[in-house]
Amino acid sequence: MKQAVDWAAFPDVRGHFGPYGGRFVAETLMGALDELQGVYEKYMKDPEFLAELDADLQNFVGRPSPLYHAERLSRELGGAQVYLKREDLNHTGAHKVNNTIGQALLAKRLGKTRIIAETGAGQHGVATATVAARLGLECVVFMGAEDIQRQSPNVYRMRLLGADVVAVKSGSRTLKDALNEAMRDWVANVDDTFYIIGTVAGPHPYPAMVRDFQSVIGREARAQHLEMTGRLPDALVACVGGGSNAIGLFHPFLADESVAMIGVEAGGEGVGTGRHSAPLCAGRPGVLHGNRTYLMEDDNGQIIETHSISAGLDYPGVGPEHSWLKDIGRVSYVSVTDDMALRAFHRMTRTEGIIPALETSHAVAHVLDLAPRMRTDQSVIINLSGRGDKDLNTIARLEGIEL
Amino acid sequence: MSRIAKRFAETRASGRAALVPYVTAGDPAPDVTVALMHDLVAAGADLLELGVPFSDPMADGPVIQLACERSLAHGTSLRDVLAMVAAFRERDRETPVVLMGYLNPVERMGAETFAEAAGAAGVDGVLVVDLPPEESDELTGVLARVGIDPIFLVAPTTSSRRLEHVTAAARGFIYYVSLKGVTGSQTLDPAELGARLSSIRALTELPLGVGFGIRDAQTAAQVARVADAVVVGSAIVRLVEQFPAAPDQFRAAASALVREMRAAMDDARMAEAPAPV
Repeated sequence: MKQAVDWAAFPDVRGHFGPYGGRFVAETLMGALDELQGVYEKYMKDPEFLAELDADLQNFVGRPSPLYHAERLSRELGGAQVYLKREDLNHTGAHKVNNTIGQALLAKRLGKTRIIAETGAGQHGVATATVAARLGLECVVFMGAEDIQRQSPNVYRMRLLGADVVAVKSGSRTLKDALNEAMRDWVANVDDTFYIIGTVAGPHPYPAMVRDFQSVIGREARAQHLEMTGRLPDALVACVGGGSNAIGLFHPFLADESVAMIGVEAGGEGVGTGRHSAPLCAGRPGVLHGNRTYLMEDDNGQIIETHSISAGLDYPGVGPEHSWLKDIGRVSYVSVTDDMALRAFHRMTRTEGIIPALETSHAVAHVLDLAPRMRTDQSVIINLSGRGDKDLNTIARLEGIEL
Repeated sequence: MSRIAKRFAETRASGRAALVPYVTAGDPAPDVTVALMHDLVAAGADLLELGVPFSDPMADGPVIQLACERSLAHGTSLRDVLAMVAAFRERDRETPVVLMGYLNPVERMGAETFAEAAGAAGVDGVLVVDLPPEESDELTGVLARVGIDPIFLVAPTTSSRRLEHVTAAARGFIYYVSLKGVTGSQTLDPAELGARLSSIRALTELPLGVGFGIRDAQTAAQVARVADAVVVGSAIVRLVEQFPAAPDQFRAAASALVREMRAAMDDARMAEAPAPV
């Protein structure tokens, strides 16, 4: 008989998921990470903190988000019933705010007056700027110069919210470089600054902490699906860049052995071309940004440039828990190309009247392939992690339209 | 006795602080590095710190980031850096060489392969910036087998509990990060520095090197009064940008800066020495 995994036992006390995770940072940050781990462990058991978090999620974010039966798409696909977990309906338009609310409440309890964040597509930056505005905290968001170009509506949104958006011009000028720059800022300002990491990567305790804040997605979806259908779903599908929306949906289902889980990475122009962002599908384990995980690297251990049509998936690493879930076989990881994601974007928009983010469109694309191969009495949940308004410029440009 | 221990015994005996210039290997070009290392020794360096370029140098400021980018544009690999050390050792068997870099290139090569190759090349110490003692057992184990010292950082934010842990794991010398910030940052408070070094000395016999934020000869001299070694990186690497197309002029400017620092440091220590009776 297969040995049952005690999912609650991961990560271990030093942040390890099997061989992955850990805390690989310069000495200057070790004290701040110890302090963060201390408050995080304390307040996640504190009824008053949890009540405040729940109230904010309900009244400020608009939770619970609906689980929506995409009947027309399901009929067209002719297989599994497709359900959408509508994180796009959250305040600020994506799942990111579930985490920034939680971390900002911790920052307040630590007495920090300044918030920093990295962002790729700008969704995490907007979600951070939003909670900083609400709590009256100074906010600086680091964003790759290339991403500032392709996600200009979100840049303007952050500035309206009072955040200082810093263009990062080093390296590949995308999300990984924004993360480097945020870390550098944190080292220099560690006394008064709280770093809100937007995904389940980074040094311990971030991967576990962000997962715990995002797990509200899976807890709700599990209860909603049970109530709507009387049973558990057969499959869960989510896009994976760093992997916070995916882990948020998957984690509360890990012990449900009948539920298959598929993480969808950005295949860019195809994993065979080398121009992609799919470390779990085509990378190797290494160490970057404070944790050991699957990475995109060359033979000398240098991080290589990634490619994806979606800025939010354009990252050479992935959260360490995903690396572990891949190795033990609990979650399978596939990739979807830019073109497939674009087709899925249009299909979802026209069929269900929901414009998904380009990141999310990767998950949709996989379900367009998966659902027809399943029975009509089966079901699959897509984490509809964000809405696509921010991508309208990118899509229009690809189609030769000036907005 | 290791080359590092021997060198610190010498500098202590002569009442000097050791001067440790840092350069990024392969910057501005791989064929400059070995000659530059010899230049720095001739100008008064006691130990050399050689940076292994990495694509994502998270703990470094813009000066070292650009140095990494310039070096990587030439394709400089960890193996290439070890070959530079081996070439340096053909003419210099005395000056200790410490590699400073990030973990991923070492992981890619494999800790054991790296340790053996580094030992064979003549490397004396290895400082992996993003490898705290908690995660370092594998690497320090294989380094110990080939007689290479693992060098660890201590920061202003290091708690006294962690300090005991770090000093227990460290060999060779302790690298004290003089400020909260990345390499090449601006401010250093000599008074605070002296107090911090005293508290570390209570826990270890190892020499204390100080780096990050030493911009000129005057600061080097102030640090030399309280530290066993002064590490200077960005101030030297910055000179590359002044002579983008002239590596010989960069080498000359780097040597001049090291000579100036050497003189200022030695003057500062002499001024402190008790007057002869």
